[in-house]
Amino acid sequence: MRSSRRRLLQGASALIAITCLPARAAEGSLPAIPELAAFLAGRMPRRERVRMELPRIADNGLSVPMRLAVSGPFAPGPFVRKLALFAEINPVPDMAVFEFPQPLERIEIETRVRLAGTQQIVAVAEMTDGTLFVTAMEVIVTLGGCMDGT
Amino acid sequence: MPNARITVPDRVPRGLPFEVRIQIRHPMETGYRTDDMGKSIPRNVIRAFTCRYNGDPVFVAKLSSGIAANPYLRFFVLARASGELTFEWIDDAGTRESERVAVNVG
Repeated sequence: MRSSRRRLLQGASALIAITCLPARAAEGSLPAIPELAAFLAGRMPRRERVRMELPRIADNGLSVPMRLAVSGPFAPGPFVRKLALFAEINPVPDMAVFEFPQPLERIEIETRVRLAGTQQIVAVAEMTDGTLFVTAMEVIVTLGGCMDGT
Repeated sequence: MPNARITVPDRVPRGLPFEVRIQIRHPMETGYRTDDMGKSIPRNVIRAFTCRYNGDPVFVAKLSSGIAANPYLRFFVLARASGELTFEWIDDAGTRESERVAVNVG
């Protein structure tokens, strides 16, 4: 009994390891999202300083906890002006924009998002001097967030 | 009953960022669902959220249906002086709501 449970857990962790691989492979390029392209407007973001924490696998896309952070220190500047969030296949790809009207050393946001299905999520930070930083990761969604039982 | 639950520290040290947490009671209706009669339920999400500190905007969020129902936000604000934080949000139905909390800097 105990050993079969162990085997099941080992199998499950191996499965998780396999499903994590595509996310790493996709790290080279950003997903093609028109709203993201419009936000970037031809500017090239650097893949640094932005951190995004999301579950690798979300059982339910209706409410997925997310943490975003931009690592400082920023003083004496530039500071973070905006943090924009894009979803690859959501019906509304530009999910949210967070703005910081005043210089702030601690850029950290937590919220809960809806995800329509397995997809890449992109977070872009725009600094007060126009510099862009970006990060992207894939979330596997077992049950999309746009359907309910009805 | 208030429509938002807000948490800030009782006392915050001057010059340091402090944590603000807010959860707003709101369906964040996507506009993609239908009711029991098959009629589509109109979209109603909170579009704009602003947090002001003694009158000055310190955190602004533009939201969409991509934010889960009963939106929760946690962010940081720089402690400058005692006073108050005001939170204001407006949804697609045009409903404007606001809440306020006191900030004790010292």
